[in-house]
Amino acid sequence: MDMPVPDAGILARRDAIVARLRAALPADAVIDDPAETRAYECDALTAYRCPPLCVVLPRSTAEVAAVMRICHEEGVPVVPRGAGTSLAGGALPTPDAVLVGLARMNAVLETDLADRLIRVQAGRTNLSVTAAVEAEGFFYAPDPSSQLACAIGGNIGMNSGGAHCLKYGVTTNNLLGVTMVLHDGTVVELGGPQMDAGGLDLLAVVCGAEGQLGIVTEATLRILPRPEGARPVLIGFAANEIAGACVADIIRAGILPVAIEFMDRPCIRACEDFARAGYPDCEALLIVEVEGSPAEIDEQIGLIRQIASRHDPVEFREAASEDEARRIWLGRKSAFGAMGQLGDYICLDGTIPVSALAGVLKRIGELSAAAGLPVANVFHAGDGNLHPLIIFDANRPGDLDRAEALGADILRLCVAAGGCLTGEHGVGIEKRDLMEVQFTPADIEAQMRVKDVFDPAWRLNPAKVFPLGLSAARRGAAA
Amino acid sequence: MIAPASEAELAEAVRSASGPLAIRGGGTRPLARACPGTVLSVAGLTGIVLYEPQTLTLVARAGTPLDEIEAALAAEGQRLPFEPPDWRALLGAPGRPTIGGAIAANASGPRRVQAGAARDSLIGLRAVDGTGTVIRNGGRTMKNVTGYDLARLMAGARGTLGVLTEVSLKLLPAAGAVATLIVPAPDAAAAVAAMTAALTSPYDVTGAAWLPGTGALIRIEGLAASVAYRAGRLAGRLGAAHVERDPEVSARIWRDVAGAAPLRDRPGDLWRFSIRPSQAPGVAARLGVPVVLDWGGGLVWAVLPAGTDARARARPYSGHATLMRTAAPGAAPAVPVLEPESPAVAALSRGLRARFDPRGILNAGLMD
Repeated sequence: MDMPVPDAGILARRDAIVARLRAALPADAVIDDPAETRAYECDALTAYRCPPLCVVLPRSTAEVAAVMRICHEEGVPVVPRGAGTSLAGGALPTPDAVLVGLARMNAVLETDLADRLIRVQAGRTNLSVTAAVEAEGFFYAPDPSSQLACAIGGNIGMNSGGAHCLKYGVTTNNLLGVTMVLHDGTVVELGGPQMDAGGLDLLAVVCGAEGQLGIVTEATLRILPRPEGARPVLIGFAANEIAGACVADIIRAGILPVAIEFMDRPCIRACEDFARAGYPDCEALLIVEVEGSPAEIDEQIGLIRQIASRHDPVEFREAASEDEARRIWLGRKSAFGAMGQLGDYICLDGTIPVSALAGVLKRIGELSAAAGLPVANVFHAGDGNLHPLIIFDANRPGDLDRAEALGADILRLCVAAGGCLTGEHGVGIEKRDLMEVQFTPADIEAQMRVKDVFDPAWRLNPAKVFPLGLSAARRGAAA
Repeated sequence: MIAPASEAELAEAVRSASGPLAIRGGGTRPLARACPGTVLSVAGLTGIVLYEPQTLTLVARAGTPLDEIEAALAAEGQRLPFEPPDWRALLGAPGRPTIGGAIAANASGPRRVQAGAARDSLIGLRAVDGTGTVIRNGGRTMKNVTGYDLARLMAGARGTLGVLTEVSLKLLPAAGAVATLIVPAPDAAAAVAAMTAALTSPYDVTGAAWLPGTGALIRIEGLAASVAYRAGRLAGRLGAAHVERDPEVSARIWRDVAGAAPLRDRPGDLWRFSIRPSQAPGVAARLGVPVVLDWGGGLVWAVLPAGTDARARARPYSGHATLMRTAAPGAAPAVPVLEPESPAVAALSRGLRARFDPRGILNAGLMD
C-alpha cells in the first residue's frame, strides 16, 4: 500500500506541536508516549499499521475546534477516529498526523420522542443510541454488525448500513443534522431537526465523505417506534440460482421484509461447524425477517411460504418461538466468527443487482479455485450488498497479496455486473486504488472538488478514498 | 430556448453557452424568483433506461414525464417512495412535471415521514456541470458508499451544481390497501398532538397532515388485513371521526395535502416552512393566517399578505422557510427567497457552486 512520504518538517516539530495541544486541552487529553499511541496504529483492517504523531481525546466540540485551529496553523494533517472498527482502513493514521479520537464524546445531548429524534455526541456507540430510547419503545435503525462497538461519527463518515436497510435505509437516510468542525476550527451546523435542506444539502455529502470534509462532533438522528414484533423464516434451496429467483419473487409480490439474508454452501458449512445452529445441508439458504403484529406477521409469512413453495425448497422453517428465532439468526450472526476459525480473512462488501447473483457467485467460485483461496459468501439480498469472505493465512508469505488480488478481482466483477466497490464499509485505503474501476477521471475530479472547498490544503484524513496519482497535484500544492 | 435531444447535445450546449442558462424540466416547480438567460430545456431527454421490478430499481432520463414513470411502475405494482407532490395549481405553473425536476427540487410528498425525501430515493445520477463535463455518481444498487455522495448533494440543488440528465431511483411496492383516518382537530395544536401520537405508535403511518376544516389526517398503507388492524387500533387511540377506506377518496385527500389545496387561490405570498414538527402550533399561531400542515407538523404552508417577512413573524423556529410564490410574479421579492445561511455555511455553498459552475451560468442566483 503506497502512502505519501511523511512531512519531515512536522516530524521535526513534534514536541512543539504536542506542547501547543497540551496547552489548549486538559492534561489527560493528549497522548504522545509511543507505547500508548500504538493502540491507535490501526483499525479493523489490521494488515496496515502506523502510529500517529500524537493522539488527542477531546470531550467537547470546543476542544475539537481548538485542536483543529492549532493543526491548521501548524499545517498538520488530522485523522478522525470513532471506535476504530473500519474494515477499510478509514482510521489508519499517518506518521505526521494528529489523531482525533472521539471515544470520550459519548453523551446523549437531547432526546425528543415527540419529534422522533435524538442528539448525541459523535463518539457514542451505535447500539447505545438505541439503548437510550428502547425503554420508551424506540430504536435507531442502521445496525452495522459492529454496532456494539462502532461510533456514530464513524457511521456518518462511512454512511454505514446494516442488515435491515431494505426497509429502513442506511445512515444517510436516518441522519437529520450534524455539528461539524471545519479544517480551520470553524464550527458549522448542517441540517437540524427539520426534514429537508433549505439551501444546498451539505449534510448529504458530508455523510459518507470518510471524515475528509470536517470532524463531526454531534449528530441529530431519526429514531423510530419499534414494531410490535418480528419473526424470521429460514428457507434452504438446492442451488444459488433458485434462491436468487425466490428473492426476486418475494420482492415482486409486494412484500417488504426488513431483512433478506443469503448464505452460500461454504458459508453455511462454516457457520454450522462453528455455531451448530442446525442449518440444513443445502447449497443456498435465505433468512427472511418480517415485522408487525402477530397477525400481520402471519399474513406475510403465509405469502412467503406460498412463493417459496414454487421453488422446491429443501427446507422451510418458521420460528415458532423466541428461541427458534434466535437459532435461525445464530448461524448468520456468527458467520464472521466462524470464518475467523478457518483462518485470517478479508471481508469485501461490493454490491450487485440481485438479478446478477447466481452468475456472480459462479464466477467467484472459479476465481477462488484459481487463486487456491476459499471464499464464503454472505449477501444482504434485499439491498444488493455482497460480503465475500476470503480465507487466507497471514503467516504464509504471499498469502495476503494473493488474497488482496483475489478481492480486487471480485470487486471488478461486482462493478461489471452493475454494482459498486463498496456498499457500506467505505473506500478508505483498502479500495482507494480501485476507484478508477468504477469511475472516470471526470467523476473522481468532481468528487475531489468538494474536498477542495471543505479542506483546501487536503489535510483531513489524508491519502484515503482518492487514488494518490489523481490527487497528487492537490496534495503537492498543499504541502 | 435550447432543447437538446441527448446528453451529449446538452453538454455541448452548456460548454458553448455564452451567457446564463435557465434550466427547465417541466417548469412546474418554480421558486418566487426567475432565472436570467436562455432557457435550457431538459424535456427532450426522455425515456426509461432500465426498470428491474425484482430489484426495486429504475433508471430514467431526467426529462421523462413523471406521469409516464408512475404509469410504468403502477403496471408492476410499484411506486416512487417519496410521492412527488403536484404543485402546479398551487404555484400557478402549468406544465408536465418531470422526474429530473422533482429530484432537482428535492420535492417530497406526504410519505416523507415514513419513506424519506426525494433525495433518499435517489441512488445515482448523471449530470452535466457548468463546464459542460458529464459527471456520474452513485449507481443502481440501494447501498453504495463508493466515493462522495454527489448525487444527494445535487438533489435539491436546483441545477446549480449541474444539469441532471439521468437519475437512478430506489422503488417500493405499491400498497395493496390504504385507509385514511380523519381525526377532529380544531387547531394546529390539536392536530400536531394527534399526528405525533400516530407517528410515535408502532403502526407505520405513511402520512400525517392537517387540512383546516377537515381535521388531522392519518394514512395507513400495506397488505389488506394489516391495514385493517392498524387503522382499527389507531382510530380508537386517536378518537377518529371517520376511517376512509375507499382508495380513490384517500388518493384525492393526499393529493390535496401534497398540493396544499386549501391555499391554492388565496391572494398573497405563498411560504413553505420546513421546521421541527413540535414547533408548528407556535409558528402557525404567530403567522396568524390559515395554514396547511404536513409531515406531522414538520411542513407548514401559509399565504401571507404580499411583502410580509414571514420569517420575522414566525420566529423562533428551527429549520427554514422558502418563499415559493409572490403575489406579483416577475417582480424581485422584497425578502430573501431562501432562508439565509450562516456565513460559514454560505461560504461552503458558494465555494461548491463556483467549483461546479465556474462561470456561474447554471440557474444563476437561484440558490444565493
